[in-house]
Amino acid sequence: MDISYFIELLINGALTGLMYSMVALGIVLIYKSAGVPNLAQGAMVMISAYLIWMFSSLVGLPIYVAIAVAVVGMFLFGLVAERLLLRKMVGQPIIMIVMLTLGLEIFLRGVGPGFLGAAPKQFDLGINMMPIIIGDVFINREYLVGGIVACILIALSLLFFRTRLGTKLRAVSDDHVSSWSVGISVEKAIGISWGMGGIAAVAAGALWGSVQGVDWTLSMLLFPAVAVVILGGLDSIYGVLVAGLIVGILGSVIPGYVDPLVGGGTRDVVTSLIILLTIIFRPHGMFGREDIERV
Amino acid sequence: MFYRQSGVHHTRYQTARRLWPLPADQRLVWLLLALAVAAPLYMSDLYLSSYMLPWLIWSAAALSLTLLMGVAGQLHFGFAAVMAIGAYTSIHLTRAGVPFELALIGAGLMSAAIGCIFGAAALRVKGLYLVMATLAMQYLVDWTIINVPAISGGAQATLSTPDVRFLFVPLKGDAMLYYGALLWAVIVTLLVLNIKRTSFGRALVAVRDKDFAASVIGVNPFKFKLLAFFTSSFLGGVSGAVLAFCYYQAVTPEQFGFNVSIQLVAMVLVGGLGSVVGAYLGAGFVLLVPIILTNLVAGAAVAGWISVSSNLLAHIPLMVYGALIIGFILFEPLGLAKIYDNLRKYFLVWPFRHTQS
Repeated sequence: MDISYFIELLINGALTGLMYSMVALGIVLIYKSAGVPNLAQGAMVMISAYLIWMFSSLVGLPIYVAIAVAVVGMFLFGLVAERLLLRKMVGQPIIMIVMLTLGLEIFLRGVGPGFLGAAPKQFDLGINMMPIIIGDVFINREYLVGGIVACILIALSLLFFRTRLGTKLRAVSDDHVSSWSVGISVEKAIGISWGMGGIAAVAAGALWGSVQGVDWTLSMLLFPAVAVVILGGLDSIYGVLVAGLIVGILGSVIPGYVDPLVGGGTRDVVTSLIILLTIIFRPHGMFGREDIERV
Repeated sequence: MFYRQSGVHHTRYQTARRLWPLPADQRLVWLLLALAVAAPLYMSDLYLSSYMLPWLIWSAAALSLTLLMGVAGQLHFGFAAVMAIGAYTSIHLTRAGVPFELALIGAGLMSAAIGCIFGAAALRVKGLYLVMATLAMQYLVDWTIINVPAISGGAQATLSTPDVRFLFVPLKGDAMLYYGALLWAVIVTLLVLNIKRTSFGRALVAVRDKDFAASVIGVNPFKFKLLAFFTSSFLGGVSGAVLAFCYYQAVTPEQFGFNVSIQLVAMVLVGGLGSVVGAYLGAGFVLLVPIILTNLVAGAAVAGWISVSSNLLAHIPLMVYGALIIGFILFEPLGLAKIYDNLRKYFLVWPFRHTQS
């Protein structure tokens, strides 16, 4: 048993997990106030990566300006998606809402590669490609930056829920009707949460896009993100952080030892098992609220 | 056409409870059946084997899924995996020398057994969590099939179906394959139609509408949820086997991927949850509309009216498909079956405006 191999898997897994949690953060932000499980988050990450690539390579903006423009664009996208699609679904059965977001996912998966080209594209965030070497352990610098950004974003969203607007959003997530009765605009709050979901998608899109290139495979991040969300609890931001670490570490250490034996692809199995076991033993996740059965 | 309810007076419960109480509907069903049976006579082989045949089999699969999702209200996002289990089981059984008829039943039982294991998760959770559990099933089954060489025949392998005979008739040639698919579609249709009017079907509907209310009136939700998973997975498994033997004739794991599951759910939703006519309409719609639209756009591009890149053309099916799902959910949540129902009701009483009921 080579200990430095294990530590390398552990650290890189933890950083990957933090980057998964960035995708998952969008789902949680939207679920928390709107009560909608957004299965289109993977495609929103993909679209944001395409937007960043478009503004930086086709339009020629500097990369960080491109990201800023993409943030504005995806915030508006979130608002529009909520206004045009999800608001009409209030009170409908959950399968309709799940299928609607899934339909949006499929639609976006066609639109992005269809109009901007299916071939993988690159953009450079200006991160040094050299791995950091500590002793015998190689750490991917992009993952490190990704992990740090994920931590910052999660901390920011925790802080955000302490501001005046965040308190309103929490009230909305508790109960729509009582929020209305004390004069909180539920529609506006839900719209803002979709916009924030869009912003989280841009952060994930920028980092994942620079790590694995921009093409439709970015939307496959939905699956690990769903595992993170289920394990952590659908409405818990702490849960995203902890579950992201767990999913990332298990999804890196186990394949690291089992893949050579069975011939690959174990990561999806680990993710599936995490989902299944969580659902069987603790459906509301580690930090989710008990009353979550309302879905 | 002219006031078709005229002269129809049911004086006995038996006649009122028939599958199609109106003579007009009965005539329509017989006409459609006759058209389907005679299809090899007036259709070219291309249309028969690349449009009619897959349409019938996918309709049968959508019917199995609609029994679970529409009638029993249990969501399933891994139905392609159920079909994959059926397809692979039937191929391995026939290769081992088991007669095709028994292999079909074995395929159904295998799918039902594995489907029930995952369905057991349904006893604890519902709604979104059930979606996630069945999604995990899809990935696990896919992985098992790909990574166990004894099942898939090695990595990246395709497994071709052996020549079989069904009830002493060899399944060979376009017409025979088509009749095999038609027979299965008819069986599933009659089964689902009849399940909906038995106590079993009514129990499923009760569990769907409110499970604890169902248990108050003496319907055991545990038992009926599991039975729903069993029946539906059985039918799905046999549909997968029929799909493998009558249509693909060589199976790879990719033919039963996650996208196929979504396609099946889309068929059920576009057609209308729990509706038999809807399963047929939905399967046809989901299979055909992307093809037709791509051809239209390609035709327009060739004619020089618009210019599209080949890249955009390749992604039109995906866009259409997403837009279809979104559009139906927003504007006609009850699906094509509701549109058909409205038309039927309108023409049923045609010169007049309103039905009695």
